Amino acid sequence: MMALIVSNLPALQVALPIIAAPFCLILGRGAWAWALATIVSFVTFAISLALFASVYDGSIISYHMGGWAPPIGIEYRVDIVNAFVLLIVSGVAALVLPYAYRSVADEIPADRQPIFYTAFLLCVAGLLGVTITGDAFNVFVFLEISSLSTYALVASGAWRNKRALTASYNYLIMGTVGATFFVIGIGMLYMITGTLNMADLAVRIADHGDSSTLHMGFVFILIGIGLKLAMFPLHLWLPNAYSFAPSAVTAFLAATATKVAVYVMLRFMFTVLGFDFEFQADTLKLVVFPLAVAAMFAASLVAIFQDDLKRMLAYSSIAQIGYILLGLAFLTHTGLLASIVHLFNHAVTKGALFMVAGCFVLSTGTSSISSLRGVGRDMPWTAAAFVAGGFSLIGLPLTVGFISKWYLVQAALELGWWPVALLIMASSLLAIIYVWRVVEAVYLQPAPEGITRKEAPLSMLVPAWILVGLSIWFGVSASLTTTAASRAADALIGQSQILWQE
Amino acid sequence: MSEQGFDFQFVVSHYNYWMFVILMMTGLYITVSRGNLIKKVVGLNIFQTAVFMLYISMGKITGGTAPVLIDEPDILYSNPLPHVLILTAIVVGIATTALALALAVRIRETYGTVEEDEIAEIEQKMEVDVSVTRGASGR
Repeated sequence: MMALIVSNLPALQVALPIIAAPFCLILGRGAWAWALATIVSFVTFAISLALFASVYDGSIISYHMGGWAPPIGIEYRVDIVNAFVLLIVSGVAALVLPYAYRSVADEIPADRQPIFYTAFLLCVAGLLGVTITGDAFNVFVFLEISSLSTYALVASGAWRNKRALTASYNYLIMGTVGATFFVIGIGMLYMITGTLNMADLAVRIADHGDSSTLHMGFVFILIGIGLKLAMFPLHLWLPNAYSFAPSAVTAFLAATATKVAVYVMLRFMFTVLGFDFEFQADTLKLVVFPLAVAAMFAASLVAIFQDDLKRMLAYSSIAQIGYILLGLAFLTHTGLLASIVHLFNHAVTKGALFMVAGCFVLSTGTSSISSLRGVGRDMPWTAAAFVAGGFSLIGLPLTVGFISKWYLVQAALELGWWPVALLIMASSLLAIIYVWRVVEAVYLQPAPEGITRKEAPLSMLVPAWILVGLSIWFGVSASLTTTAASRAADALIGQSQILWQE
Repeated sequence: MSEQGFDFQFVVSHYNYWMFVILMMTGLYITVSRGNLIKKVVGLNIFQTAVFMLYISMGKITGGTAPVLIDEPDILYSNPLPHVLILTAIVVGIATTALALALAVRIRETYGTVEEDEIAEIEQKMEVDVSVTRGASGR
């Protein structure tokens, strides 16, 4: 029995949440649905821990869905890169669900909670599926499972603010255009090679060599995924979706959805199109690189002028995605390492900060920064969590943000691009400004008379502080994350020949 | 044969791709340019249908027949795989359309309109109202 479970772990990773999702609906009571979803998320996290442990030494698990061997059957392929992302997704889900109980009870009517948890589990399953699968078309299907449930989750913020409806609608339009672009790209690759298995695609594309169909396929995939990961300037859906979604949803999405899209981009660029593809290297250098730098500044600048805490953090997310893409566009080992390590670090930091924003929403009823005046005295633990998370966002030493910036700057200096290194530091200064605005409101401004705000409940504080704790723990002893990221970078580079140097 | 300039035969023999391009651009243009939420969904559907056509037409092999297994070893089949993929994509497309229409219904119920510019006006007013009440009550 045990052997059977262990040998089917990759399938269970996705199948468990997807099968449990309708049961949340059948259970019919919010609390029961929550309990089931939470248990499932813990088990899913345990599975991804087991998978991560078994591929940490660099081995690869290839699981044949239904016993059909690839390239005809669908293959689930776990290596260090996606095991790392699986760990992020299932870990954040396992922390957000305990947090969601109070937050969702406050923001969603009781009779709609079962369907909320159903959509949540479907979203988790979709994201895990995108990450684990080794089949290009399967990526699209799971991407749409996660996206469709995400639209529903965002729209469920309408009970707090009706603008969630339009936010969700715009996200749906842009997300669907992105997914369809992605499918067109896959179609082009299929036209050239006649296969959909990623490993097989890589081999056949390398044999086939450069062609204009391949260029088109690459551009469609880049733009499609760019829309999904909110690559500047394709980010327009993100600020509204993040500000009006229920707090628990925002915390989960900010930490996972865009990260999974970044993973898909890494996978396609380095594994599938990993041959000596000059057009791709040029696109990264001339298009993605300037856009990443622009995102770091433009989005941070806009973040400074936001009055809404969640919206401010959303714009900061766009800037942070800029850092991730910047590391990728360096096309060196260190750059890729920085990118992957920031994937984890930003997930931890932003997850924590959006959880804190949710705590503020629970006790003050709004996420506007001006309503947070003097809240530091009433809600000391929540406010302190924000400060710690904010430090990490800025990139102060002893936080994970510092580790990411350190490797990014190092990657820039290795190439001799010292102006880029300066730009990275300059954009951190902008982060100081927008974090400081909140800290000032929370601690230095006097509280309005006659209003006392209750500290957030433990069930919300503990998950937020676990994430804050992680962001400090991995900032002090970064060896585990950087070793994993370094091995992941090695694995990607090992399959690819597009690096500029080394 | 791009060096030889305009190749009429090449253009005509790839007419399925031209249809795909025309449909795709029509759909995308409607989605981007129309302010009516329902018309946007229609545009999105045309856009997706274009992709279905791209996939299905690329599975066609000249002289190939429907991929049904019969006892004849030499027979030429069309490639069934793209058809199967598109079956999945159609299901995804229906789910997306259903969700988009459901959202449009809810938007109509709450805002009383499905025109984007009118919704934007209402939302702008909401923002002003919020900041006014916040200024008054100190929240």
